[in-house]
Amino acid sequence: MFATKRLGKELSKMQSGLPNGIELIKADDFKEWLLDIRVVDANPIYQGEVYRIKFMFSPNYPIEAPEVVFVQDESHPIPYHPHIYSNGIICLDLLDRTGWSPVHNVESVCISLQSMLTGNTKKERPPGDENFVRSNTQRPRDINFVFHDPHV
Amino acid sequence: MEDDVGFESQDKDIKPTKHAYETDFIVYGPQEIEQHQNEQIKEVSNILGQPPESTAILLRHARWNKERLIDQYMEKTEEVLESAGLDESAISHPPRLERVKRFMCDICCEDGPKLDTFAMKCGHRFCVDCYRQYLSTKIKGEGEAARIKCPGDGCNRIVDSKSLDILVKDDIRERYKDLLTRTYVEDKENLRWCPAPDCGYAVQCAVKDKDLPRIVPTVHCTCGHFFCFGCSLNDHQPAPCSLVKKWLKKCEDDSETANWISANTKECPKCNSTIEKNGGCNHMTCRKCRHEFCWMCMGVWSEHGTSWYNCNRFEERSGSEARDAQAKSRQSLERYLHYYNRYANHEQSAKLDKDIYLKTEKKMVQLQTTSKMSWIEVQFLAAASQALQQCRQTLKWTYAFAYYLARNNLTEIFEDNQKDLEMAVENLSEMFEKPIDQLQSLRGDMMDKTAYCTKRRIILLNDTAENLKSGNWEFNVSL
Ligand SMILES: [Zn+2]
Ligand SMILES: [Zn+2]
Ligand SMILES: [Zn+2]
Ligand SMILES: [Zn+2]
Repeated sequence: MFATKRLGKELSKMQSGLPNGIELIKADDFKEWLLDIRVVDANPIYQGEVYRIKFMFSPNYPIEAPEVVFVQDESHPIPYHPHIYSNGIICLDLLDRTGWSPVHNVESVCISLQSMLTGNTKKERPPGDENFVRSNTQRPRDINFVFHDPHV
Repeated sequence: MEDDVGFESQDKDIKPTKHAYETDFIVYGPQEIEQHQNEQIKEVSNILGQPPESTAILLRHARWNKERLIDQYMEKTEEVLESAGLDESAISHPPRLERVKRFMCDICCEDGPKLDTFAMKCGHRFCVDCYRQYLSTKIKGEGEAARIKCPGDGCNRIVDSKSLDILVKDDIRERYKDLLTRTYVEDKENLRWCPAPDCGYAVQCAVKDKDLPRIVPTVHCTCGHFFCFGCSLNDHQPAPCSLVKKWLKKCEDDSETANWISANTKECPKCNSTIEKNGGCNHMTCRKCRHEFCWMCMGVWSEHGTSWYNCNRFEERSGSEARDAQAKSRQSLERYLHYYNRYANHEQSAKLDKDIYLKTEKKMVQLQTTSKMSWIEVQFLAAASQALQQCRQTLKWTYAFAYYLARNNLTEIFEDNQKDLEMAVENLSEMFEKPIDQLQSLRGDMMDKTAYCTKRRIILLNDTAENLKSGNWEFNVSL
């Protein structure tokens, strides 16, 4: 399958080394992977916390974007950010159908998320977070986000 | 012809008189659409001195805005050609597959000198398999054609049809061509595809988005489908598009609260046995105790006979009750449910009327054999069914309209019109449910009632359309 070939290569590359602050947690199959990230620079908002990211791949990956969300458990909170909802859904043009390029990969998405946090100065949720989290039943890929500011 | 698409206006659809609620439109078939596309290509091709194939690419690239294309072409020819992939070097070096040394595909991460690769002028090079997979996903999966971008990160280069030709197989190429043809209609502000499934017709209409608070442009496709040119939903006169959108959103949000009330079963107000509505008429008779009542308000039918209008108007409560915040929210829910109940009732009844008609259609054959009626003579049933469908569709939307309507000196006329149409429809609907052996004798009466329903519908729609056009309605939301 298309995704299998590419993910196999990504996996062997990642096992030989990842950038500082990114760690591969689980990659037992080519459907769902878990990675942890933390912010390396001294940003007080994210000090001492580790965030867990879940990747879900379609058989057509990387032609189609993966679904990427933050997941919460006892030791992993959902990071505060104006583009990250409290249920872990991320509003990032890179992960949207029109913004995605098949040149991206798991590592580059993690780096983008990491730098999205590093550069953030507002400890807040997106406007309308409460409503969105309560009423959202769609999968992230089916949501049409309006990207207020693609550079945040 | 200016910003008009340039279809020659034809006399075939011009009617002698036009009602206030009717909008001018013309329906075009697939061949007419293609023919017109070709005429435009030919015309622009002559002006630009470019072959028709290249002109087609330029026009699609410019979203069929020929004035703008011609202006830009005259001003900066090279740039326009380049961005559509038609510049000199593209012609002297047509796109081709290549094998390059030290290549690694950034999509599949494969490398090796034996890989066939492809890149457009932007230089983003990928292996052929990946490029092909990418294009077929865009075309088959996402239905894109005229604006597929290079797979490179952040690259805005559009994949031109010459490049596409050497990359994909025949089935994808066919689909791509279909989609390209569709973009012609999609790019024109005054053309719209008929939304009926598998319908290949398009409708031309001059109503623009900015006109929609004042006009509800219902159009009628040759396939029989009535739809709104403004929003492509099923005909929703007299309610303007923006109210329809708000109403549907509200119904979705409140569906749990409202569901119980629109359910298909109710209890007989007298003996409490469960009654299922199986016809479109609101005159109910309980099978068990023979109690007759109105489905909509649950009132006794005999008392209520012609004073139907008690059913369609929601009496605003006194101010004292409204002071209490809790009562206020309860009242607003009650008010919503009042209108929603009637809206849903007509939607449901229209479906039931249709079911009955489908059964009756078979009986129309029987009626011909048992009576001396010809096929033409039993067509009054078809006409009655059609009128019922159409009137219920209108009535349904009068309740959404009324929900947002603020009271002024015109609302009473509207409510009277609504009441009259409601009564006419229920009378006809009741007749429609009579056993087949009685239908023959009811023919004349039914034809009269059908005509009366149609007339009441026209009166209501003309009144709402005229006042909408002159801005006389006041709504409790902004349009
Ligand atoms: Zn490749
Ligand atoms: Zn490119
Ligand atoms: Zn149609
Ligand atoms: Zn509409």
